[in-house]
Amino acid sequence: MNKIKQIFGGDARQLGMIFALVALIILFQILTGGLTLQPDNVNNIIQGNAYILVLAIGMVLVIIAGHIDLSVGSIAAFVGIVVAIAMRDWGVPWWAGILLGLALGAVVGMWQGFWVAYVGIPAFIVTLAGFLFFRGANQFVGKSNTVPVPPEFQVIGAGTLPEVGPSTGYNNLTVLLGILACAGIIWGTLRGRRQLINIGATVEDAWITYTRMILICIVVLGAMLLIASGRKGFPVPGLILIALVLLYGFIASKTIIGRHIYAVGGNRHAAELSGVRSKRVNFLVMANMSLLAALAGMMFVARSNASGPFDGVGWELDAIAAVFIGGAAVSGGVGTVIGSIVGGLVMAVLNNGLQLLGAGADVTQMIKGLVLLVAVAFDIYNKSQGRPSLIAFLTRRRGAKTAADAPEMPSAATETSRIDETLGQSS
Amino acid sequence: MSTDSRPQEDVSRPGPAPADRATDEVILDMRNITKEFPGVKALSNVSMEVRRGEIHAICGENGAGKSTLMKVLSGVWPVGTYDGEIYYNGKLVEFHNIRDSEHAGIVIIHQELALIPELSIAENIFLGNEVNRSGVINWMTTRQRAGELLTRVGLNENPDSKIKDIGVGKQQLVEIAKALSKDVQLLILDEPTSALNEGDSQHLLGLMEGLRDHGVTCIMISHKLNEIEQISDSITIIRDGKSVETLRVKEHGVDENRIIRGMVGRDLESRFPDHTPEITDTFFEVKDWTVRHPSVADRYVCKSESFFVRRGEIVGFAGLMGAGRTELMRSLFGHSYGIYESGTVYLDGKQVQLRSVPAAIDAGLAYVTEDRKSLGLNLLDDIKRTTVSAKLSRITRGLVVNERDEYKYAEQYRKDLRTKAPTVDEGVSKLSGGNQQKVVLSKWLFTEPELLILDEPTRGIDVGAKFEIYGIIQRMAAEGKGVILVSSELPELLGLSDRIYTIFEGAITGVLDKGHADQESLMRLMTKTSSRSDAPTQASA
Repeated sequence: MNKIKQIFGGDARQLGMIFALVALIILFQILTGGLTLQPDNVNNIIQGNAYILVLAIGMVLVIIAGHIDLSVGSIAAFVGIVVAIAMRDWGVPWWAGILLGLALGAVVGMWQGFWVAYVGIPAFIVTLAGFLFFRGANQFVGKSNTVPVPPEFQVIGAGTLPEVGPSTGYNNLTVLLGILACAGIIWGTLRGRRQLINIGATVEDAWITYTRMILICIVVLGAMLLIASGRKGFPVPGLILIALVLLYGFIASKTIIGRHIYAVGGNRHAAELSGVRSKRVNFLVMANMSLLAALAGMMFVARSNASGPFDGVGWELDAIAAVFIGGAAVSGGVGTVIGSIVGGLVMAVLNNGLQLLGAGADVTQMIKGLVLLVAVAFDIYNKSQGRPSLIAFLTRRRGAKTAADAPEMPSAATETSRIDETLGQSS
Repeated sequence: MSTDSRPQEDVSRPGPAPADRATDEVILDMRNITKEFPGVKALSNVSMEVRRGEIHAICGENGAGKSTLMKVLSGVWPVGTYDGEIYYNGKLVEFHNIRDSEHAGIVIIHQELALIPELSIAENIFLGNEVNRSGVINWMTTRQRAGELLTRVGLNENPDSKIKDIGVGKQQLVEIAKALSKDVQLLILDEPTSALNEGDSQHLLGLMEGLRDHGVTCIMISHKLNEIEQISDSITIIRDGKSVETLRVKEHGVDENRIIRGMVGRDLESRFPDHTPEITDTFFEVKDWTVRHPSVADRYVCKSESFFVRRGEIVGFAGLMGAGRTELMRSLFGHSYGIYESGTVYLDGKQVQLRSVPAAIDAGLAYVTEDRKSLGLNLLDDIKRTTVSAKLSRITRGLVVNERDEYKYAEQYRKDLRTKAPTVDEGVSKLSGGNQQKVVLSKWLFTEPELLILDEPTRGIDVGAKFEIYGIIQRMAAEGKGVILVSSELPELLGLSDRIYTIFEGAITGVLDKGHADQESLMRLMTKTSSRSDAPTQASA
């Protein structure tokens, strides 16, 4: 058990989240008699949730910066209907439709960002207004009708990697994707470790790093082979999602703007006095959220072949739930892209499994609510015990060990600081 | 709780008639209190005896365990979470929560006041203890009693005024009125004057003496040794979680040096490191600086003020709390406070525009804020990310942060400033006050500033860390940089500064050279406006 802990970082929440996901998959695999891990069903899970996960990526940045966005479902629906009508009635080609949708999302985002950042209206209010406005705008533009989209456009929501090359019994491109992913993971792990050693930082034992690396590769390759063995290849929305996770994960952890988002969410005044232009940061995260909402809306429309008046209802809450299950803090400053994706996947697998078992929407909804509550309760309990959260682990690779070994502190903040001062003196 | 309570008469009568010799003399006897937190012993075998009707001060460095001891006494840490016994009025008591201790007449007023800004004075006084009948509040009686209590604490305010509309000094008095409403016998004040100016502090100390004369026993935690010397009857000194000694002022003839000796366990021969200034030419000049108040129309933060700093010089700014020192510095640091109206800043003889914080940082200014936790640090961050946060451009290629450099610099500054932390991955919230301040200093030294503005750099920091921070300040000056030191502690200003400006109500009232300044001359300039001709004129030369 100890060795397992070391491989996964020795963090209860981290273990908890991953084990929860794995346990859910195994549980449903047994309960459904093997239906869960059917290639078609795996594709189905990815296609049916990619747009929520895309929203979660934007939402976690909004929540880290200390805001919330309630309007994403309405904006997704609004952009979806405009793009669908543009392609059907105005003769806009599918690729221009996508660009139009993204541009529209960006404009909407700048509109909301303006009110939040430069006028100073709380994002809750601004996006509540957007929630109402863009839902109405969707029905106004589409006259509450359903508008179909052309087959080329449907690829971004329902497409899969095509069959190419020799017949191997597998989808060749999907297998190739798996191999490339493993190569990337191995390269990244080795490079990261070398860098740590170069700067003289403490590194974990080599076997831990390598075992973890190999485990991840097995999982990735296994998943890809599983999908590749089915009737279709890896879904296109999944590719879009992976690209966005890599991009935004990088932005959040390695770039100036990423640092500034965490700084503004963690302590806005301190950030400003350190030279962070907090208004610009707020503007960007809000604008970016709507951009991703536009993309999510189009992916959904593409998957369901048409844009309708009730697209995107309740999406904002699914995305917010994914972010909080993934360890973000309501007060801002804490959260990761990858954590939110794991949180979203837990919800997705749960949803899918319950559906396969024939549970109604009512029961599914109730269970999802309880899962959210339990996940966050677990997190808060852990924090009160002085253990780091999933996020604390994920955001600092080297810190995991020291943080876990640190003495547990009482929850009262003032008391903590005083005791810490004692520690400082005596050490 | 009860539908009717009449606190005033009970409290103002003198102590009860002597019945039992021991319980009469000693109101509180804490014996061998030990309190452990996981990994640290906050209190070990602390004993303290408080006599009835006295003002009993508790002294000790930060983290010595003073507040923990008071939390044990007031039931914040309930019985069972500590070892030892508490005898109160001669009886062994076991408090499970604050309500228990308040019921027994022990009321604690915390350093951070527990008042609700949006509620009125009267509502705050009776919060949690409302005058009611079956849950319905009797506002008539509430207001009337609140008025009586305010009279007793000498506060001339309408009980219907909102807390947010009265100053912090008056808020402190409301807290005391609240305590009096609870039939208090033993009043504990944690750093009661830390946020008050001289006048309000004196009023509060006077009030405490008045309460004592009416039989209320007071325990006061304070860092202000002069105040302790002024009013306390007994002093218990705590060091490293142990009670060192209790001094009876009348018998022992206590003075400040005696208290310090007890607190640090040795005589402080030199509170400031040795330093020979090498001052060269003027490089930072502010001329006719005028800034309006951010929210109140027609009010000025400062009006046509001028001063200068020379290379290698430590320039002190003395003023009472609220004199406008912080506001002046922040208005200079990228116009981050108030509305800029006119005035110019010269750096090395060239006029510069510092319209935003990034512009100020780029120009070589650094500003260490007065309030470390709310303005200086993101407590969710770790040491390395904090260290580089004010000048990320120094370690970025394009927009991407080079984590190798980040680690390298963070480690370099940690060693340089001797920050006590296992690694630079440690979260700043886990550090002590002194080490947090060193991280803040690292952050600003990392920006390679020419002018370092330090606003109360040693507030809430223990004596040892102070000495180290003084050393860092002097090293900066020795490297040919300019340092502005804003401080409320006159000995600190006198010990470090080469030149001291005094500020009163936003105006610079004078400037004194190191040789000519002493506490008295500074205090005179800080408390009344001198004629404008006293203001420095060399600046324009």
